Formats: sequence, C-alpha cells, structure tokens
Amino acid sequence: MHSPPAVAAVGLAPHAMRRQRLGDTVFRGLTQVFAIGVLVLLAGVIISLAAGAMPAFRKFGFFGFLLSDAWNPVKDNFGALPAIYGTVLSALIAMVLAVPVAFGIAIFLTELCPPVLRRPIGMLIELLAAIPSIIYGVWGLLVVAPVLQTTLQPFLIDTIGNVPIVGALFQGPPYGLGMLTAGMILAVMVLPFIAAVIRDVFMTVPAMLRESAYGMGATTAEVVRAIVIPHSRVGIVGGVMLGLGRALGETMAVTFVIGNAHHIRASLLAPGTTISATLANEFTEAVSDTYTSSLIALGLILFVITLIVLAIANFMLWRLSAKEGA
Amino acid sequence: MISIYTRRRAANFTIMSLSLLATAIGLMVLFLILWSLLRHGLPAFSVNFFTKNTPAPGNVGGLLNAFYGSFMMTLVGTVVGVPIGILTGTYLAEFARGSYLAHAVRFINDILLSAPSIVIGLFVYGVMVVRMGHFSAWAGAAALAIIFVPVVVRTTENMLTLVPAGLREAAVALGAPQWKVIVMVVYRAAIQGMLTGVMLAVARIAGETAPLLFTAFGNNFWSTNMNAPMANLPVVIFQFALSPYADWQLLAWGGALLITLAILALNIAARLVANWGSFGK
Repeated sequence: MHSPPAVAAVGLAPHAMRRQRLGDTVFRGLTQVFAIGVLVLLAGVIISLAAGAMPAFRKFGFFGFLLSDAWNPVKDNFGALPAIYGTVLSALIAMVLAVPVAFGIAIFLTELCPPVLRRPIGMLIELLAAIPSIIYGVWGLLVVAPVLQTTLQPFLIDTIGNVPIVGALFQGPPYGLGMLTAGMILAVMVLPFIAAVIRDVFMTVPAMLRESAYGMGATTAEVVRAIVIPHSRVGIVGGVMLGLGRALGETMAVTFVIGNAHHIRASLLAPGTTISATLANEFTEAVSDTYTSSLIALGLILFVITLIVLAIANFMLWRLSAKEGA
Repeated sequence: MISIYTRRRAANFTIMSLSLLATAIGLMVLFLILWSLLRHGLPAFSVNFFTKNTPAPGNVGGLLNAFYGSFMMTLVGTVVGVPIGILTGTYLAEFARGSYLAHAVRFINDILLSAPSIVIGLFVYGVMVVRMGHFSAWAGAAALAIIFVPVVVRTTENMLTLVPAGLREAAVALGAPQWKVIVMVVYRAAIQGMLTGVMLAVARIAGETAPLLFTAFGNNFWSTNMNAPMANLPVVIFQFALSPYADWQLLAWGGALLITLAILALNIAARLVANWGSFGK
C-alpha cells in the first residue's frame, strides 16, 4: 500500500483516471498539511512563549530570573525559584506516593486478578483518570484538606516532626493546604496513568518466560521480581516519566490546595506555589508588563521542563514498542 | 528447608496482599470522590440551577449561562478538532508509515497529548487575545481545539493501523484510487474506534479549566456572543468553590457533580462503542 495503486483499472477513461489521481494528490496533500501543522504548533507555542518572556529575561537576566526568590508585584521584582521549587517538589511527592501504588495495581491486574474482573477493575481505575482536574481541586480543598489538617498532619508533626533532620520536613502548624496536600492530590491524579502503562508493559512479557519461572517453583512475587519487572524495565521508566510529566504541568488541582505562597520552606506542611498555580491565580490580575512577561516566562520554563520529561518518557516507550515489533 | 519455603510463601502473601491493598486504595478514592460529589452536589439541583444565570452572592441563581458557554466552546472545539485530528492521523497511518516526518509528528503529538494545558492557554492568549484586545469565547474554543487534536490523532492512527491490509489491497485491486480506499473502506472499518477517540477527546476538553482562564475568561451574565468573554462551567466552579459564600460553594458542588457525571457517562459510552467495533481491543 506504499506504492500508488495500479491505475490500469478496467474500463476507466483517461480523464476519469486523471481525476482519480488528482483526488489522491489532493487528499494526501491535505493530510500532510495538517500533520506538519502539529509540528508548527509546537514551534509556535515555544516561539510565542519565548517572545512573551523576553522582557522579563532582559530585565532580570536569564539566570537572575531563574534563581531569584523575589515575587513582589508592587516593586515589579520577580523570580522563578519558589515556583520551580514547588513544581518539582509537589511532583516528586506525588511520584513517591503514586509509583508504589501503581505497581501494586499493575501486579494485581496482571498476576492476581481473576480474568473476569480484569476489565471492569481496569476500567474503574481508568475512570479515575477521566475525572477533570478541577474536580480533584474542589474535592481536595473542601473535603481532603480539612481532614488532613485534623488527622494526618498533627500526627506527622507529633511523631516524625520530633525526629532530628527528617523532622524539619514535618514541622510547623498543620495548615491543611500546602505541599504535602498538593502532592497527595497529584498522586491520585497521576496514579491511573502510571498504573495503566505499567499494566500494559507487564502484559507484553511473554507467557513462556512467566510459565518457565512458575514451572521452576517460583512464587508469584518471585516471578514479578525476577521475570516481569526486569523484562519491562524500559516501559516502567517510560510510564513513570509520563506520570511525572503530567504531575509537573497539572494546574487546577494544585491551585486549589497548595496555598499559593511564594516562599521556599523546609516543611512539607507549609503552603507553597507551583508554576501552573501561579499562572492560574495571577495571570489575569497582572497589571504591569513586567509582571505579565514574568508569568509568561514561568510558563515557558514549565513547558520546557515538561517537554524534556515527556520526550524521555515517549522515547522509552517507543524503544519498547520498537523492540517488541522486531 | 521448611523455613525457607515458609518464608517465601510469607513474602509472596505479603506482596500480593499489598497489591490487593493498592487496588483497593485506587477504587476507594474513586468512590470517595463520587460520594463527596453526590453528597454535596445533589442538594444544589433545582429548577433554578438549570434555568437561571450565575447570581451575585446571596441571590438566587443557577448556572445556565455557564452550561451554554461550556456547550458552545466544547462544540466549536470539537467541530474544529475532528477534521484536523482525523486527517493528521490518516497521514500517519496511511501515507507516511515509517517515514521520518511521521516519526517526528507522532513524537511531537504524544508530547502535546500530555503537555500542560495551561501553557496552551498562554499560547492562545498570546496569539489571539492580545491581538483581538479582549477575551473571547472564540479564543477559548481555539484553546480547547488544540487540546482536542492530539487525542484524536493518536486514536485515529491506532485504529487505522488495526485495519487489515487485505481490505485495502482488495479495494486497490478493484481499481479504487487511494483516497477512495481510505474514505470508503478503511474509515468504514475503523469507524467505531475513531468515534471512541472523538468521544474521549470531547470528555477531555469538556472539563478543561486551565486553558479557559485567560482565553474565554468568564461572564456573570447571559451572553451568546462568541466574540466576547463567555461563562463556562469549569471556570465558574473554580471561582465559586474558592469563594467564602456558602451559596456559591453549593453551586460549585452542583456544577462539579454535573460535569463529572457527564464526563464519566461519555467515557463509559466511548468504551461501549469501542467494544462493538470489530478491531477494538
């Protein structure tokens, strides 16, 4: 089907044949234009953000903006560090919480679950991914945060908070809103994505390998550890990176529960901010050109970070499917 | 010897129990969210909720203008996004399999699929809102269309790839030109899967909030002017849920329940459609 179809069709007049060939050229060209449009779109996003970010970079210097923790709309002085810190930290908390659970779900669905229940349970987990992020935000703000404030957070402060060194992460008043809450909500949001990818790569492990291990007397846990996980390592990394990319760019859920404070605090219980939350909260209220430009610069930084993470994720997953196809 | 065997059995039992627990956690969160939504959202449902516009705090009102705005922007986003997505997916699956351009487009498309939607909002703000000088529903719809396209490209390509080559070859052998083969044979064979993709994409953009914040903005009044700021459900939920007013929060819960039910229904319907298809998973 790569070569043009044979045009020597029976009983077709030359002008009709020409028309058909013209149809092919037009259709192919049309699809190609839109395909190239996808590339142009990505370039357009980067160029447009870079152009918008220029005034801020020019005023503060590229690294000056990147490494400054100032955020003062009144004095028109801005820096990206607290937002970058919050973005990375909340995403990392999310990954620490979500990855083990995603592994559990994937192991359950591929090794343990009765085949009849596989699809319904898999679908329910996927529905978790379909719920819009604003719903997670509302739920996190009005339901989860008050519960955390009176239960988990005082508990953490009273126990781990007193341990030297690590304790610094869990000190201060229980605000309810803050990095930890944001990380937990993010964890729930990226969980289905990671679980689905890991389940799918677990499925690609040849049955022969699994059965051989079982035949040698291995338990299910040993099969998973010694056969399934080593065989699907690349795909697992891809799935985790995909989840990380989602967590870094997630906006609404985080905006509700992070507390929106431009500080860097040692405690995970303290409020902070992320790039996306800063944009959602402040963009329409930015009064000066420097303010707007600084926010667009934040957007550019976020886009570049997620691009790199997602590119690595897709490269990993692509390598896996290429290997499978070979 | 027995002790090693017992230990292995115990380790296996522990790990399997933990994986069961993990699945239970995932399902429990889903039900907790749905339960919270039903408990707080159902009391908001009334005739006013569906027939009045967003009120000032303390006044009686509903979300009618937001329903209309969300519907219109999702509709326009879909109408613009479907042809672009399907044609791009067709190019990848039918014309350019294995070419460098196809690899590049697929790679970039997969990245755009997960790219932060708020950045898309910034982009549309830069190219549309700034140029037009004001927020507008058109800009909101454009942002939604940009988020819509990658989803459809991905599913269309996957579904077209699943169509057996024999069908294409049979049509080509009858003398059909390639465009006829694709439109009349391949599309027809893959229509269920493509429809599933479109439905999932609609579900995705229907709940998107971040890209609308600085494109469509919001509007407290009834407006059908696509060239002006327009109310929409996600942004109203954002605004009302963060407000200190109990009646606004109630409306936010109601809106949240409605939007979640609609999106979950679309997702389930999309999966049912996929299962009717002969080539779906």
